[in-house]
Amino acid sequence: MSKSSIMPGFRPTIGFTLIYLGLVVLIPLSTLVFKSFQLNWDDYVHIITNKRVLSSFRVSFSTSLAAALIAGFFGFIVAWVLVRYSFYGKRFFHALIDLPFALPTAVAGIVLATIFQPSGFLGKLLIDTFGVQVAFKPLGIVMALIFISIPFVVRTVEPVLLEFESSMEEAASSLGATRLQVFGKIIFPNVFPALLTGFALAFARGVGEYGSVIFIAGNIPYVSEIVPLLIVTKLEQYDEVGATAIALTMLVISFVLLLLINLLQLCGCASAQDNSKEVRT
Amino acid sequence: MSILLSNISKKFGTFTALDNINLEIPEGELVALLGPSGCGKTTLLRIIAGLESADQGRVLLSGQDRTDHDVSQRGIGFVFQHYALFRHMTVFENVAFGLRVKPRSERPGEAVIRKKVHDLLNLVQLDWLHDRYPDQLSGGQRQRIALARALAVEPSVLLLDEPFGALDASVRKDLRQWLRNLHHDLNVTSIFVTHDQEEAMEVASQVVVLNHGQIEQQGAPGDIYDNPANAFVSRFIGQTNVFYLEEQDVDWLQTAGLSNAQRQGKVAHVRPHDIIIEKSLADGDDGFVTLKDWQHLGSLIRIELVKNGSNGGTASIYAEMPNDQFRRLHLSRGDKVDLRIRHAHWFH
Repeated sequence: MSKSSIMPGFRPTIGFTLIYLGLVVLIPLSTLVFKSFQLNWDDYVHIITNKRVLSSFRVSFSTSLAAALIAGFFGFIVAWVLVRYSFYGKRFFHALIDLPFALPTAVAGIVLATIFQPSGFLGKLLIDTFGVQVAFKPLGIVMALIFISIPFVVRTVEPVLLEFESSMEEAASSLGATRLQVFGKIIFPNVFPALLTGFALAFARGVGEYGSVIFIAGNIPYVSEIVPLLIVTKLEQYDEVGATAIALTMLVISFVLLLLINLLQLCGCASAQDNSKEVRT
Repeated sequence: MSILLSNISKKFGTFTALDNINLEIPEGELVALLGPSGCGKTTLLRIIAGLESADQGRVLLSGQDRTDHDVSQRGIGFVFQHYALFRHMTVFENVAFGLRVKPRSERPGEAVIRKKVHDLLNLVQLDWLHDRYPDQLSGGQRQRIALARALAVEPSVLLLDEPFGALDASVRKDLRQWLRNLHHDLNVTSIFVTHDQEEAMEVASQVVVLNHGQIEQQGAPGDIYDNPANAFVSRFIGQTNVFYLEEQDVDWLQTAGLSNAQRQGKVAHVRPHDIIIEKSLADGDDGFVTLKDWQHLGSLIRIELVKNGSNGGTASIYAEMPNDQFRRLHLSRGDKVDLRIRHAHWFH
């Protein structure tokens, strides 16, 4: 492998990569696994199948999924607008998009909780007009996660839209396609892999999110308690083993889900990209 | 389908891309829009296609005003400079696209689509690539697929933007010939844009020379070459030597065969093959011409001559003649030569 590569420095760079993966990713995570070895299987199953734990898993993954889907949809629209149209204050909007990246998530959480709580500005409005309560419900968690994860979608989709060859659109139009057909058959399929990546990032971020969620969620067991909070609670009670068991389970589920998303992406692009390695005639 | 453009103008900001263009293209022609880069030729093509809208003027296709029709309703086929193939679709699906997006009532059945696409792929001799993706094709193959895709909707006009621009020289030569033959077989009115005069002369049945957003001349390739309408066309089409009379020694030109009576302007353009040279027997006089160098251009020899002006300056003159004729002159570098101009175009 190192011989066939035209890039010099294969050894040092692969070495660095392995050290990084080892020190920063694998060792901490494997500690988690080793720690859980203190448990026997029955204890592990007992902790995991606890009703409160199970419902927190359900809350965490369902809200993350919902938030990632919504962020995917609206993030795509935001990216589309930022790339396709020029309007007054575009640069300002551009900078605004990244703000959730930089803001301490707890700040975002407190702000969201303040305006969405039943007596808060937006919270009151929503309860009065639609009878919908956002705060202290899974809906509140979804709100917080959308806020946090939209930039991931925008920033992954944007460069792909920017690079998109407008002549492909023109070609489709010249062949008689309507605007809708151009979007559905030409633009969207080309952007979809990036959108899926953005979705996966948003989802992963959502599952791990803690700071912005706990304030607006209200953390009511069986209703709006998320897994990260449960882990922290266990730790505060010096139940390290219990926390580890939950953390490990979450790790495995997240890993499997991300793997599935990656596989999905591979399937989508495989036909186009794998074959391109063939000799050109 | 005939094309009629009347009073087409287009500005980009303060830059005038097209200035009051009037152009008529009869049915069945293969027309080259020829001009230097930035002359507005691609803009004109895009306005005919409906990809760009003119600031003023009308576009008539087959006598019907199509100025306000969208590109999807003009019934044109457009081949883009960089092909613009759909990267996420196979070659087959690329070609089938125009058929699949038709409204349900007009859309042919799957079997008809299949047959038609394979027929088109056979026409461009690439049916064996039908399940490949555009990324796996060479430039020339992509070009032909783009053409097949445009032909699938049976356009009444075929528009090609710099069709050979991105290809290497040998592929380009083959494709030119092939495009000519294809046009001959299909007989669909076609317009292609090029900045390469050789390509325009070789492929087109009609050439439209554009410069600075205006039409300089329109005509058959031979006509344009033999009777350029102005100095720009003369210089742009083929090689030419330019003599400005005030700079030239009048006596010298007279010796070379351009008598006073023939002068019809201030500038004389002389094609290299209209210059005949012979070994000079006289020696020592002013304004003599020496042979500097020559290059082989296949059957022709391109000869570079240097003329020493009476004021001490030098000027290069290019002449061309067949190989064997040149050999018979027994000339070598630095020889003095006599030169005779057979024919010149005069401009003001």
